[in-house]
Amino acid sequence: MLFACSQVCAQGEPVRFEAVGDAIPRALTAEPGDAARGRSIVVNRDAGACTLCHAVPGEKTSGNIAPTLAGVGARLSPAQLRLRVADSTRVNPESPMPAYYRTEGLNQVAAAFRGKPLLSAQQVEDVVAWLASLKEPQ
Amino acid sequence: MRRLALAAVALAAGVALAQERAIAPGELKSGSAFLGSDLRALQNDDFANPGMLWVERGEKLWREPAGKENLACAGCHKDTSMRGVAASYPKIDKASGKLLNLEGRINLCRTERIGAEPLRYESEDLLALTAYLARQSLGAPIAASIAGAARAHFEAGRASYHLRRGQMNLSCAHCHDAQWGKRLLSETISQGHPNAYPAYRMEWQTMGSLERRLRACLSGIRAEMLPYGSQEYLDLELYLAWRAQGLPIETPGVRR
Ligand code: HEC
Ligand code: HEC
Repeated sequence: MLFACSQVCAQGEPVRFEAVGDAIPRALTAEPGDAARGRSIVVNRDAGACTLCHAVPGEKTSGNIAPTLAGVGARLSPAQLRLRVADSTRVNPESPMPAYYRTEGLNQVAAAFRGKPLLSAQQVEDVVAWLASLKEPQ
Repeated sequence: MRRLALAAVALAAGVALAQERAIAPGELKSGSAFLGSDLRALQNDDFANPGMLWVERGEKLWREPAGKENLACAGCHKDTSMRGVAASYPKIDKASGKLLNLEGRINLCRTERIGAEPLRYESEDLLALTAYLARQSLGAPIAASIAGAARAHFEAGRASYHLRRGQMNLSCAHCHDAQWGKRLLSETISQGHPNAYPAYRMEWQTMGSLERRLRACLSGIRAEMLPYGSQEYLDLELYLAWRAQGLPIETPGVRR
């Protein structure tokens, strides 16, 4: 069992997460994720900017570095999705995917972003909720 | 027998060296190969390429006396002697033992030979002189040396190139070794070679140095930017030159 803790989140309160195998079973927040909000975080270039690398259902423009997110909710459980969004390098150490909920072990982070994860705990939950709803393979 | 063994050693060494390179010499592609045909055509047309304005300005500055000594660069250097020079940078300066990029060399000549102030990075004059000099090496294969004192800088540059950094936790290698040819949103990622710089970038609406381009990559991954001319940038430039060894210089490049 792995134990990791993120010292800060965008709201300022520390949120710890516990990875079990390739998943984070327990949600990061008490408030359930909101899939609609999650979708806008995924496509917003100033938030998740997932389209930089992933094809995303409903989006015309996207990069082709990573597998499509279509059908990802059928391939992976919400707990598995949560670890991949929070810190994909825990699944694949070579992953180019940014760790969206991690602040330790990073190098030369620009001052404006130091100590801040890319997404807040609630945003991670929102994104996971939307990803989990993507059951169709296209 | 002995000759055979030596050949085997040489072969093994050759293989080991080839394995060090993520992109094999035969696979090297200039950044211009990843552009749309419109920008490529613009770069290749000397009359339309906007970077040629800096080259022309550089030629003027090259001949203009300056500094306390009232000397022109052309006064010391024969006009024809600059062919291939840019392709050998970054390079160790014999007198100081320091690693210099082309900008650093220009400024060293200014301060030590003609008694002039060093030119600021991204100033029109430094871009112009750098572009003019690089243009003298048009088509010359990049051939920076990593022997002797340059070796330690090369190793530092290699480490810097592979360091994950920034809030997005990416190294140069993640994009330019592992993902070249793929799209980041709508932009095709090239192999990240230095052979077109200084280059005119549409997004800047002006000419920019190689270091300005590196800072754009660093800012994209939300990493710290160091001051222009920092040792880490110089080392990185040497590593980039080694990766690009054999690619022809094509300054002034035109880029998105
Ligand atoms: C810089 C590139 C990049 C960005 C940005 C990125 N990803 Fe990824 N992602 C990848 C790659 C590459 C993989 C494939 C597995 C690996 O290498 O980790 C991946 C894998 C995944 C997986 C697992 C997919 C599967 O089928 O196993 C999920 C889920 C995922 N990403 C979601 C996201 C979300 C959500 C965002 C934005 C909040 C995002 N990614 C942003 C590169 C990226
Ligand atoms: C997230 C992806 C990414 C990372 C990380 C990245 N770059 Fe880039 N880089 C790009 C993109 C996109 C461009 C513009 C298109 C192109 O020419 O590749 C670019 C352009 C360049 C160029 C100009 C190539 C040309 O022909 O104009 C160089 C040189 C370069 N990068 C070097 C680096 C170095 C060195 C690092 C690390 C300090 C780095 N890059 C990190 C994506 C990245």
